[in-house]
Amino acid sequence: MSAAPRAAVDIGGTFTDIVVEWGAAQRVTAKVLTTYPNPEDGFMRGLGLALDRARLVPRDITAIIHGTTLATNALITRRGARTALLATEGFRDVLEIGHEGRFALYDLFIEKPEPLVPRPLRFEVAERIAVDGAVLRPLDEAALAALAPAIRASGAESLAICFLQAWADPQHEERAEAILAPLLPGLTITRAADVCAEIREYDRFSTACANAYVRPLVERYVAGLESALAEAGYRCPLLVVTSGGGMTTPEFAKRYPVRLIESGPAGGAVLAAEIAKAAGLDRVLSFDMGGTTAKICFITDGEAQHARGFEAARAHRFVKGSGLPLRIPVVEMVEIGAGGGSIARLDALGRLVVGPDSAASDPGPACYGRGGTRPTVTDADLVSGRVDAARFAGGSIALDVPAAEQALAAVGTPLGLRPPLAAAAIAEVVEETMAAAARVHAAEGGHDTGGCTMIAFGGAAPLHAARVAEKLGIGHVLVPVGAGVGSAIGFLRAPVSFELALSWPQPLATLDMAELNARLTAMGHRALAAVRAATDAAVEEQRTALMRYRGQGHEIEVALPPGALSDRDRPALGDAFAEAYRRLYGRAIPHLAVEAMTWTVRVRTVPVPPARLAAPPPAIAEAPVAGAREFLDPLTGREVPIRLVERAALLPGSLATGPAALLEDETTTLVPAGWSATADAAGNLILTRGAA
Amino acid sequence: MSALEAFRRQLVWDRLIAAVEEQAQTLIRTAFSPSTREAGDLSAGVFDRQGRMLAQAVTGTPGHVNAMALAVGHFLRAHPADTLRPGDVLMTNDPWMGSGHLHDFTVVTPAFHRGALVALFAATVHVVDIGGLGVGVESRDVFQEGFYIPISFVLRQGEADATLFRLLRANVREPDQVEGDLHSLVASNQAGADRLVAMLEEFGLDDLQAVGDRIVADSRAAMLRALADAPHGTWHSALTMDGVDTSIPLRCALTIAADGITVDFAGTAGQSPFGINVPKCYTEAYTGYAVRCVIGSEVPNNAGSLSVVRVLAPEGTIVNALKPAPVTARHMVGQMLPDLVFGALAQAFPDRVPAEGTSALWNLRLSGGIGTPGVAAAAFADARPFTITSFNTGGAGARPGLDGLHATAFPSGVRNVPLEITEAMTPLVFWRKALRDGSGGAGQWRGGDGQVVEIAHRRGEPFALNATFERVAHAARGRAGGQDGALGVVRLGSGRLLSGKGRQVIPAGERLVVEMPGGGGFGPPAARDPARVVRDVAEGRIDAAAAERLYGFNARESGR
Repeated sequence: MSAAPRAAVDIGGTFTDIVVEWGAAQRVTAKVLTTYPNPEDGFMRGLGLALDRARLVPRDITAIIHGTTLATNALITRRGARTALLATEGFRDVLEIGHEGRFALYDLFIEKPEPLVPRPLRFEVAERIAVDGAVLRPLDEAALAALAPAIRASGAESLAICFLQAWADPQHEERAEAILAPLLPGLTITRAADVCAEIREYDRFSTACANAYVRPLVERYVAGLESALAEAGYRCPLLVVTSGGGMTTPEFAKRYPVRLIESGPAGGAVLAAEIAKAAGLDRVLSFDMGGTTAKICFITDGEAQHARGFEAARAHRFVKGSGLPLRIPVVEMVEIGAGGGSIARLDALGRLVVGPDSAASDPGPACYGRGGTRPTVTDADLVSGRVDAARFAGGSIALDVPAAEQALAAVGTPLGLRPPLAAAAIAEVVEETMAAAARVHAAEGGHDTGGCTMIAFGGAAPLHAARVAEKLGIGHVLVPVGAGVGSAIGFLRAPVSFELALSWPQPLATLDMAELNARLTAMGHRALAAVRAATDAAVEEQRTALMRYRGQGHEIEVALPPGALSDRDRPALGDAFAEAYRRLYGRAIPHLAVEAMTWTVRVRTVPVPPARLAAPPPAIAEAPVAGAREFLDPLTGREVPIRLVERAALLPGSLATGPAALLEDETTTLVPAGWSATADAAGNLILTRGAA
Repeated sequence: MSALEAFRRQLVWDRLIAAVEEQAQTLIRTAFSPSTREAGDLSAGVFDRQGRMLAQAVTGTPGHVNAMALAVGHFLRAHPADTLRPGDVLMTNDPWMGSGHLHDFTVVTPAFHRGALVALFAATVHVVDIGGLGVGVESRDVFQEGFYIPISFVLRQGEADATLFRLLRANVREPDQVEGDLHSLVASNQAGADRLVAMLEEFGLDDLQAVGDRIVADSRAAMLRALADAPHGTWHSALTMDGVDTSIPLRCALTIAADGITVDFAGTAGQSPFGINVPKCYTEAYTGYAVRCVIGSEVPNNAGSLSVVRVLAPEGTIVNALKPAPVTARHMVGQMLPDLVFGALAQAFPDRVPAEGTSALWNLRLSGGIGTPGVAAAAFADARPFTITSFNTGGAGARPGLDGLHATAFPSGVRNVPLEITEAMTPLVFWRKALRDGSGGAGQWRGGDGQVVEIAHRRGEPFALNATFERVAHAARGRAGGQDGALGVVRLGSGRLLSGKGRQVIPAGERLVVEMPGGGGFGPPAARDPARVVRDVAEGRIDAAAAERLYGFNARESGR
């Protein structure tokens, strides 16, 4: 933690979270409602509030780190700019044809997501680059210039230039921009190969169009924010958090706004990775459960898993394949429609299911008394006694227990379960759903959940974490201090970082190392320049190859050794691929040819090693019990008495033996039977199974 | 049974479904065959000791829906449950016991708990090669199609059968990949079995008997409830396929009664001399799938829900071909069966069933270099041979209330191969991949448009197309007054028409042009909302002349 005060602002769908840190370990937090349609208002108000609490003034702040759902929401609600596409002749429909598949096997009535660019705004020009960069057909410059009036007349505010195989040589895209820019002043132009220099036309076009679609909005927003901050007396740089969990300058954010998508959850993963490093945990499952969704991410050796792709704005909630593919660096995580607001119902077979539909914040769970009538996880947590009505959100929202019970009857009565038992059953099902998603995600990535430590944060996580862990064979859960504003705290730990990817398909056997070195060096310079725009701090460079057995459909990421590569590195590259393949799939296939499709370079500031987190001292005494409450076990139907323990009373050296509930103003941490809880000096809770 | 007991059984049921989804996911990531990886052409399921399927993963193609449910019964007849021991693993690729052709390996693993066999895990994947002629219509009997493995032990009490592996490796072109897929089938079943045993421990159960009974009974009851609301009676349907050398009539009679649905394929064409015949298990799969799309689609697949659909097919027809009929391209007929069944279902459920679509995939199987038929080796002596398959499709049928999807696979759930990847793997160049405007059938709801693909050899050399295209002679028909979709067309850039079936050469310097079919329309065109017609014209889906001809819509008169 740095001595100079820094602030983080995380604008989410419902709340805007602010964290200010300074000194050795001083921190204040603030939470305000997100303000629509001008989220910068909530930003400024919340930041001011936090500063007041910290007794600081704007001049004291040395950096503001910001993450926002603005770009994500613009895609979901389709409130981006009117966007045009300029494609290679014969290929404007690539954006609409997509993958040609269906995302739901049995549903005859699916609708695919509307392309971000409607067909009348998709223009074409004659040109063609081959897969090796050769020009098969020159760009028809006269025809292109002649298109300008039609593009202007279309009313487009933003344009994406997407040419086939342009990642291999962007000269036609660059020339097209140079020709059109002076003819169409005021039009924002995105070149596909600049945003995503990767092979696979639909994914690249989709990424470029999404970038073009949100760009005018983000440009205006960031510019507005910068001037508002200057006006309010802030003299520090503003940095923006990306989907990969790094920070970048406002200039890069404005040029590549598609990279801002899902930055909030990425911040949570950064926090979990930081804690994993501090606590010396090499295998961690990060579990972030909020009001609408839960996010699960694997963290290995202190690094969150990264991926090169993401699917945004799914037409069918959480159904793979129903969204817009984006090729951007992201923190790899699975998002499940399971949160406090998730609605419980009975399916066609009369089985209890929870989510993915959510009551969100409006109307909210039935117990909020704002018109919601359908039973949610929060209603269940209230009726089952997990949540204390009087202390929910520090007592700021009065919870209506009878309304919650009445809502629960909708599912409980047909099942023959009275409200408390229905409530316990809903909790059990939502925990089962999250555990199942975690297991499938583990199978996808070749992970094993058993033996991991779970790091749990987000408003609803402490209530359900231990039971989810139990289902996954996990015996250790860490609930960090400040769990409710985890993403914003994570922002303060994020490095300044920039990542580039470039496709260059090469069989390993004939890979030209000199050419590879030249390409990687050029990419390194570009990435470094992006980082240097923000900081002079020491940096490190990480390079990978996306490799596969020849003919496979997916690549896996293999780290490259630092420095210039030579022919002597060839066998080691093959071995590294085989090893990565074995780690993921359990075996390698000897004798098959290996090829690399894409190369990546990431430059980031060297992370400051976090102060080692001391293990909690041995617990010698039970923490004082503040009371007792009856809990229903949904599996046995029996009432189990549980201890109520004030969270503040659980000091290092004491423990709470489950079944117990640790009470505090923001949330409740549940310690099931067979588990016990202790606290470390930093205030983190550690739940352990099988220890007493 | 107490309410609580019922809830506990639900949790076990949910856990079984989760376990097979996890098993399937592992297979998708590890499989080598592109159709497994990209199309989810695989299956994973768990069965009780009587061989009743209790849960099956939802994967990308319907070809396994019912086939797997029947497969385990064959294994248990050959090796009764009480003869199986821990560590035993069985397999077969028998087209009549597995899923219809030799490329599909089915592996079955018994799971033991407290010393007793409590369940069997089964998984199927499509392996990349099985020797023989490869996937196509050329084979004349199943023996030309590759290596045939009757139900055999892969492992016996943990000990691998070395002879089986040696024979398998010696009989396939890609021994490492095929053996690898077999290992991953074994491993994924084992993972499922381990998950099951841990779950039985967690819930304190001895076996799956009580849970299995509930799954089967509840699912069957849910299907019967759906049938209770349905009209009862018998409806007939007929469809003609292009076929290979002669057209193929398909017929079915579908009967809905209170106790189940029967689909009878009597009157369907006899076996074909080409490799497009369908073993009955595969007919059951696509039939069951079609019915379940319309009735009870929310009910999970298991022995209970599947028991409600009965399939009758006379022996010796193309939909119940007998050994040793050639079957390797059985999906060509299989993928048309949903349209046939929909033809009957539409009469009972006029507002739930789409018009006909492209249905059978328009996969581009292209090859070139030395060995291309009709090419003098001397002329292109340095041409490295290549073969590639790209999954593609035309338009889907219009739905009651919704237009058909453009260029979207149905009933298969396959995804395409990016053309940039195809260009990276071959010397081919795509010059066009665009929606085929106006190809969807007119209607109140328009059929989905097909697409046009234009391909050339980068150096102007000849290359070959192995065509397995349907709907070149018989269009996707409209429904309820909707018009037919456009026929597919295969031709050279210079105009000469090519055949929809068989291996053909694209001569030097020529382009291959493939115009994929459109889906059928739904409802009379006159009933289409004029605002939609305006949008169709604005988006270039149809031109102004077509708007007037098909929809009686005149832009000037309407003042728009």
